Amino acid sequence: MSALVQADAERIAAAIGAGAKVSQARGEVTLDLPRERIADACAAARGAGYDFLCDLAATDYLGFASEGVAGYWGSPSTMDGERDLNHPGSTGLGAVVAPPGDKRFAVSYQLLDRTSRPARRLRLRVWADDGEAVQSIVGVFPCADYQEREAWDLMGIPFDGHPALERIFLPEGWDGHPHRKDYPIGGEPVQFSDAV
Amino acid sequence: MASTLPEQRAGRHVPAEVLSPIPSVLIPPADDPDTMLLNLGPNHPSTHGVLRLVATLNGETVVGLHNELGYVHTGIEKNMEQKSYWKAITYAPRADYNSFFSNELVYCMAVEKLLELEVPRRAEWIRALFNELQRLHNHLIFLGTGSIDLGGIALLFYCFRERDRVLDLFELAGGVRMHARYAQVGGVAEDVPAAFDREARAVVKELRKRVDEYEDLIGQQPIFRDRTKGIGIITPDFARQMGLTGPNARASGVDWDLRAHAPYGAYREINVQPIVLQNGDVYDRYMIRVFEMRQSLDIIEQLLDGLPSGPWIADDRKVVLPPRHELHTSMESLIHHFKLVTEGYRVPAGEAYAYVEGPRGELGCNLVSDGSAKPWRVHFRSASLVMLQSVAALCNGVLIADLIAILASLDPNMGDCDR
Repeated sequence: MSALVQADAERIAAAIGAGAKVSQARGEVTLDLPRERIADACAAARGAGYDFLCDLAATDYLGFASEGVAGYWGSPSTMDGERDLNHPGSTGLGAVVAPPGDKRFAVSYQLLDRTSRPARRLRLRVWADDGEAVQSIVGVFPCADYQEREAWDLMGIPFDGHPALERIFLPEGWDGHPHRKDYPIGGEPVQFSDAV
Repeated sequence: MASTLPEQRAGRHVPAEVLSPIPSVLIPPADDPDTMLLNLGPNHPSTHGVLRLVATLNGETVVGLHNELGYVHTGIEKNMEQKSYWKAITYAPRADYNSFFSNELVYCMAVEKLLELEVPRRAEWIRALFNELQRLHNHLIFLGTGSIDLGGIALLFYCFRERDRVLDLFELAGGVRMHARYAQVGGVAEDVPAAFDREARAVVKELRKRVDEYEDLIGQQPIFRDRTKGIGIITPDFARQMGLTGPNARASGVDWDLRAHAPYGAYREINVQPIVLQNGDVYDRYMIRVFEMRQSLDIIEQLLDGLPSGPWIADDRKVVLPPRHELHTSMESLIHHFKLVTEGYRVPAGEAYAYVEGPRGELGCNLVSDGSAKPWRVHFRSASLVMLQSVAALCNGVLIADLIAILASLDPNMGDCDR
């Protein structure tokens, strides 16, 4: 099953050329791509039968597999570097694993081929650093519209070529992107209070 | 006033097309003096939670529309990153509060995929059983609130009466009516009690009768038919491009059901025939949920008949809590218990995507682990967020009353959408 997906992924990787890398783990095939070629890759995948975009998930790898960076506001342990059980990434960490990519953010696209039995799934993934734009795929899969806006709003990943890249959940003018690892939780600054 | 027959109304709406340049926004014509702006929501009973629709009207016709989301954004995904894996289960059902069990199930399945943990057969069957009960619960609320949107109050009370019967079963097994945290990594929290089989069969028997009544109540109702036939037509191609899954796609002739075409867990062993309707209008989207309730009842009976015996949770002491009684006699169990409760368990680094056929369509969970005891990133594929994009295209040129019907027929849940 995953061998078939692997073959599909390798065909798409060959069409894209440099920078495409196929990997496989736990029966899932991931195709890492340069972020300027993702729309081409999606179009190629659509041509290969993966004509349905399920999911678009953005991940922040800042501080991956080490001390967490967000912590709680005002908690002393985040300042003197002590290990804090409430800290992300600080409990039970075994061997330090390397992040799977060389940049800070990853965007995973879950594509689906619904005609095969059982249906085939393929993950495309691109990497970007802070401020680097990922190519928008709204032209290939219109349903990426909201999902790219979500990734922009919560993770701060700009999408190049998106027709209206605005915040989707948080109000316009919100400070920061809350799903980033360096965005604090536990104590939230009061925003929009200057008008009072 | 002579009422229009459904047959005459049918064809008044053209099938929806993907909007350009922004697929999720219907842009009103510029500087038309006859238009007015109307805010629907966020606190409007027919907006299913707290959704705000900004509609531009020309008379009663919708010429512009966009959604404002985020009124129930509570940072569930971010919060889950701060909890160890077993504590984070509690957050998942709070996202989509109408299909709570499906949410906790898909999160647990993603963790199990990263752990490569085998789930016992009985646990798989119990999970499928409750997933189907969840679908009943969700569709009952859909029918009730959906009929209110079209002006029929009575059905809500009938549906909520039956919904309570379904929640009784959740209470029987998990101890709590909603958000029971019944799904666990490795299986389910407790075995179903001895009385469950009897109670569940009684509920199935009762609901069979009721579903027939509901079908007559809405399917044979002239006003209901008049308001829903031929309205808001989704074509299979539109469904594909806009990412519609589940009943919304199947009502448009798309033969796609994860339980049948990409089966997981107990669905590999039981017989699920996807229900597909052809018209893709509001009426079909209502009726398919009625038919799916009947299908869920069939599946529940199949599952009850064939429920295998055996353990209901995996026997991996590094992940699953030891049985309570062992804590008094076994030092090793006590240590495992202590370690699991305080530190949690480590999950190997990697990325995994798990999916279930939720009541609204594909519900997915993309989980990233860094090898520690807390999830690095949890992302839910929310069917509601995806389906709300198509509202603007479906409401292009319809009456404002039809907008309410179209929105209700998609069955969005704002907790699921905003998370």
